[in-house]
Amino acid sequence: MHEHDVELTVNGEQRRGRVEARTTLADFLRDHLGLTGTHLACEHGVCGACTVLVDGDAVRSCLLFAVQSDGAQVTTIEGIGPAPGELGPVQRAFMECHGLQCGFCTAGLVVSVTAFLDEHPSPDPSAIIDGLSGNLCRCTGYQGIVAAVRRATELRRESHAAGGAA
Amino acid sequence: MKPAPFEYHAPTTIDEVLDLLRSHGDDAKLLAGGQSLVPMLALRLTRFEHLVDVNRVAGIDGITRANGTLRIGATTRQRALERDDRVAASVPLLAVAAPHIGHFQIRNRGTVGGSLAHSDPAAELPAVAVALDAGFEVGDRVVPAMDFFTGPWTTCLGDDELLSAARFPVWDGDVRASVQEVARRHGDFALAGAVVQVALDADGRVTRAGIGLIGMASTPWHAIAAEQALIAGAPPLDVAHVAVRDTDPNDDIHASASQRRRMAIAMVERALREVTSARA
Repeated sequence: MHEHDVELTVNGEQRRGRVEARTTLADFLRDHLGLTGTHLACEHGVCGACTVLVDGDAVRSCLLFAVQSDGAQVTTIEGIGPAPGELGPVQRAFMECHGLQCGFCTAGLVVSVTAFLDEHPSPDPSAIIDGLSGNLCRCTGYQGIVAAVRRATELRRESHAAGGAA
Repeated sequence: MKPAPFEYHAPTTIDEVLDLLRSHGDDAKLLAGGQSLVPMLALRLTRFEHLVDVNRVAGIDGITRANGTLRIGATTRQRALERDDRVAASVPLLAVAAPHIGHFQIRNRGTVGGSLAHSDPAAELPAVAVALDAGFEVGDRVVPAMDFFTGPWTTCLGDDELLSAARFPVWDGDVRASVQEVARRHGDFALAGAVVQVALDADGRVTRAGIGLIGMASTPWHAIAAEQALIAGAPPLDVAHVAVRDTDPNDDIHASASQRRRMAIAMVERALREVTSARA
């Protein structure tokens, strides 16, 4: 089986690699680029831990082969904040509201919630629960996560009102 | 787990796709959104020597409306059904059904053609296709939805054929749609469900109806007799009983066949009440 050259933009940086066709985007990010913030749990699209943004849309990086994402713009948890070492509103809200315990699901949740709030800036409670349904958390019982999404909507609004980038 | 090794092909024209399918036969599989195929590869439930990625094929992507038909290219993402206003305006049932497919992260990648060709009897889009008498473009043919689905995960497509688009008729008048499902969790495959679209006249009478059932047989179920009963003026519960009458649902650990029948009756009735109630 021959290997494929891939070139994609990850968190704003041009990255290249050589992969087997069966290498998923998740494994490429983790093993080839060292971006281990993207977590892998179920590896068949159920748990949502590996969620990243591809061309702006939240997708399961375990269900996409790296070779397919040649030319794509990818954002991982490492690139979701406003600058290296700084937390974005969704990350701050998860911290403030105890939206995590062990942290394994957190990267996928933060990426998913970021994409969700971009499309639904003021979600009602049932929309929040729907929006979270694609990510599994085995620690929190979800109450802290739901509170974090509500808090994130406030923080994003404040940040917009202050003229800052969300 | 990780998928077994395979050769990856990324053709850009339909002819190239068909050539690859002809030369590799059973050893090749089309890859579209990958939201059903890749999990099966990762779990090693199936393996193929060759995957033919159709995502870069020209002319099988996108939504167009012409001559009373909404044409949806096979590689159109399921998310487009929610985001493109023309879908809700032209074929409301597609827009109402879309949020029931998996989760938004799945719909961002999953394709309309992929879901149809996967032919899961518990999936939403196949049921919508039979309810609305959609037509499927396969080469020079247009296959009626009822002839396309031949069994669970089985279609009439030959080893060397490609589904390039689905055509949904655009109905006139006051057109309304409802999708009702019983599922353990949001995004799960439904244990039983109903997809309904109706057109009402000025007096609120149903003049046209499409009713499909999810998870009630080995293929998506088109409840034609129930559509006729509804147009003839039968009340929702009677229509629901007619819809479920000849179905053959599974008996398994998730639900017994009689439970599924009762669920489907309730779902059809609920959908009919929603679409025929006066608008606020």
